[in-house]
Amino acid sequence: MFYREAGQFKSTYQADMAVFPIKQDRIGLAIILGIAFIGIPLVGGDFFISSVMIPFLVFSLAAIGLNILTGYTGLISLGTAAFMGVGAYACYKLTTFFPDVNIIVLILVSGLFSAAIGVLFGLPSLRIKGFYLAVATLAAQFFLQWAFVRVPWLFNYNASGAIEVPQRTLFDISLTGASATPETRYFVCLVLVVVLTWFASNLVHGKIGRSWMAVRDMDIAAELMGIKLLNAKLLAFAVSSFYAGVAGAMMIFLWYGGGEANDVFTIRLSFNILFMVIIGGLGSLIGSFLGAAFIASLPTIMKFGLPALGVPLSGATAEHVTFMLVGALIILFLIVEPHGLARLWQIGKQKLRTWPFPY
Amino acid sequence: MSDATLRPIAGINFNSFRVRAALILAAVLLLGIIGIRFDSSGTLHKIFVDPFDQMVSAPDLLVQTIWEGLVSGVLYALIALGFVLIFKASGVFNFAQGIMVVFAALTLVGLYEKGVPAFLAVILTLGVMFVLAVAIERVVLRPLVNQPDIILFMATFGITYFLIGLGETVFGGNPKQMITDQLHLPRGAIELKLFGGFVSLQKIDIAAAIIASLMIAVLAVFFQYTRIGRALRAVADSHKAALSVGISLNQIWVIVWFTAGIVALITGIMWGARSDVSFALEIVALKALPVLILGGFTSIPGAIIGGLIIGIGEKLGEFYWGPLIGGGIESWLAYFIALGFLLFRPQGLFGDKIIERI
Repeated sequence: MFYREAGQFKSTYQADMAVFPIKQDRIGLAIILGIAFIGIPLVGGDFFISSVMIPFLVFSLAAIGLNILTGYTGLISLGTAAFMGVGAYACYKLTTFFPDVNIIVLILVSGLFSAAIGVLFGLPSLRIKGFYLAVATLAAQFFLQWAFVRVPWLFNYNASGAIEVPQRTLFDISLTGASATPETRYFVCLVLVVVLTWFASNLVHGKIGRSWMAVRDMDIAAELMGIKLLNAKLLAFAVSSFYAGVAGAMMIFLWYGGGEANDVFTIRLSFNILFMVIIGGLGSLIGSFLGAAFIASLPTIMKFGLPALGVPLSGATAEHVTFMLVGALIILFLIVEPHGLARLWQIGKQKLRTWPFPY
Repeated sequence: MSDATLRPIAGINFNSFRVRAALILAAVLLLGIIGIRFDSSGTLHKIFVDPFDQMVSAPDLLVQTIWEGLVSGVLYALIALGFVLIFKASGVFNFAQGIMVVFAALTLVGLYEKGVPAFLAVILTLGVMFVLAVAIERVVLRPLVNQPDIILFMATFGITYFLIGLGETVFGGNPKQMITDQLHLPRGAIELKLFGGFVSLQKIDIAAAIIASLMIAVLAVFFQYTRIGRALRAVADSHKAALSVGISLNQIWVIVWFTAGIVALITGIMWGARSDVSFALEIVALKALPVLILGGFTSIPGAIIGGLIIGIGEKLGEFYWGPLIGGGIESWLAYFIALGFLLFRPQGLFGDKIIERI
């Protein structure tokens, strides 16, 4: 009824190729941004913002990064957590060396370090493909995780062996450290995520994104068409690691407020982000958000939702049953919709477009 | 005549990958030799000379290290074997193999603790693994048939999570002792006098090596000479062709997953006897992955030889070179060894050659 594109004529090529060609979509996006910027800080409590929304934003950014690599370029990576770790440690070292530079700038710059490391570990992708590459990227995961623990220079020779986030301010409002309010940290995360998502959207809809997709669909054919595989694959690794690095820096500085690599940047985190990408939908930016929301909120829902439904569960058993249910849900989800939440979203929109008629 | 002038000199093709690799290797060696000559701080000496010096001066330690590498290599190979069986027959990259090992061992120990005699517990555990194989085929594989590989890969992650949760709910999260004595597995160590030193071999390790070789032989015979084995090979070659000659894919998948379950149980017993049975083994099971890419996903001999290379390489590296950079390099060395091999053979040492066409 209200979701109709009738009467919206496109008179230019640009309008036809727009990311959101339908007016209602643009209104919807504006409403979502409005809720994110105004609604949630007004309505949400501290707990909701700091343990639901900030993790969701951080995971979304990491998932977008992995989606660029796996969904758009077709290179499976199991080392995302390690690249996030590079971002976090780079940010820590940078803010130690340059305490006066704004922390937001440093978070973005630390992504560049992560990108460099990503390119290094992406080099084998030129010869190795498929699952062989996936296992090869585990080399990055284990090597970097080892380095985070064994190279004391990385954590400034702290006794705890962990990153200790210092207090950093912008216009006398503290952004990181113990005195930063959840709202401030949420706003910083939100702005970073929105800007970087806009950037990613422009990348994947443009020439670079198309060359990535050509490589994904068949790399030999792409090479014959004049796409340089070396450049395309390494650029995908660089951009993907950049996003992962920024997400990692955000994770430590704006969410955890400190932490040790062996607790945070483990292989389980890598797998979780891969889950988000696949359950959300490969090759879809909106899918990255949906997948991150699903996987990040699942344990919380299980923890608080099941007792609310009247299922009595106690401490350790609850954790084990949660594990089982997460596993079962993943399988169920893959069976119901192997193309992910993004496909469900599309189907829903199509249904809405023709509603109340079946087609 | 112009032909002859254009011919490359001396017949060496400088663009060939092998020639280039040999040249690079030669250059590195030359640089190394020059470096050692002009090395004032002794760093290069520590990397390139000291370890070999130690090996020659204390051969008993070298033998001990190689033996330990060999044993852990056999255990990696056993996990990799389970992967290969499933990958060959169903094309599924089964991430859950490591968890199946833990789950089988936990079931065995858990049943024994409930008062079931040891050997009956083994049989019951096999029953559980069979039920698991049928359930996986029915619930996971059948609805997901014809989906892209990565979706099936993800589904085995789901199985992993489910089995971890199930195992911990039923048997509790505490580490358990493997019932070594009750299964008549030997204990203790043999001391060998060798090169003026002692080499100690754990009896359980010897048993593990023997049992693993036996199992591989049995599997080879099973694949080569039985009706089901032929069907399995047919399915591995081509799903469609196998279907068209009347082989039931569903049945084959159950058999393959059950075989992988048996392999998992044996691996679990061996591994559980060396340490204790707990979900910490899950991380160790990830070591089977470099073994897999080194040997190739589709080759059983590859899994075994890959396992031995990784096991020995890792132990030698950790023992002789590890201390130079702070130790603990076992966690990633295996991946770098595998990566080194992969750069020369992208499909693994024994994997099927990947032929790409447009």
